[in-house]
Amino acid sequence: MITLTHYLLLSAVLFTIGLFGVLTKKNAITVLVSTEIMLNAVNLNLIAINKYVGADGIYGQLLALFVIAVAAAEVGVGLGIIISMYRNKESISLDDFNFLKW
Amino acid sequence: MLSGEVIAFAIVAFLLIFSALGVVFMRNIVHSVLFLAATFVLMAVTYLLLDAGFLAGVQLIVYAGAVAIMIVFAVMLTKRSDLHETNLFNKLTIPGAIVSLLVFLGLSWVFVKTPWNLAERPLNDPQAINKIADLMFGQFVIPFEVAAILLLVALIGAIILALEVKPQK
Repeated sequence: MITLTHYLLLSAVLFTIGLFGVLTKKNAITVLVSTEIMLNAVNLNLIAINKYVGADGIYGQLLALFVIAVAAAEVGVGLGIIISMYRNKESISLDDFNFLKW
Repeated sequence: MLSGEVIAFAIVAFLLIFSALGVVFMRNIVHSVLFLAATFVLMAVTYLLLDAGFLAGVQLIVYAGAVAIMIVFAVMLTKRSDLHETNLFNKLTIPGAIVSLLVFLGLSWVFVKTPWNLAERPLNDPQAINKIADLMFGQFVIPFEVAAILLLVALIGAIILALEVKPQK
């Protein structure tokens, strides 16, 4: 029998993988992609809790829809920033972008 | 005893974790993005296992359709001569792994220890899409419009950011 805890642990594993990618990758595109994995893990959490807890109303799925809309906007703006970064420095390695550090 | 539900969940969870690990550990950015598309599709399958059919469709359209293609375009626009060794780790691999492991332990401790107020029967509502429509265009119409404005602003912002900047004479 699959219970709520299985889904929550699956989403915790995915969130951890995304967090590891955000913290340790050099390529800016991979960092953006890892945040998408984290947002997907959060959506999985919302939908699983909507199914198994309380079970009246559909608010978890509705919130997941809004998360998807905001994530799509975030990916668009993030990729625009990455492309303009590439135009300035011919590189998308985050190690090359330390000119705000002193 | 293994029911179909357990087998389906085990296969999907294994493939999902495998492809998410592939996104992070592949050394070629193109392979990473391919694994990302697989992750999105498998996440839609997980939503289907949770009886959220509409969300599964939205996941396929928005993530596997739009976001994956946008990321492929960004990879194409920013590639260098060869694509080998384009997706490396930085110097913080071991501290990052430790922090991630601590976050995972904290999350799973909370998830297992929380006394969830579980329903007697899990929600399986064939009318879910009607309820989503009623809520979204009724009670939540203002957040819906705000999300529309957010998408418009993000569209304009992405165009402005990615525009070719003309050198000032």
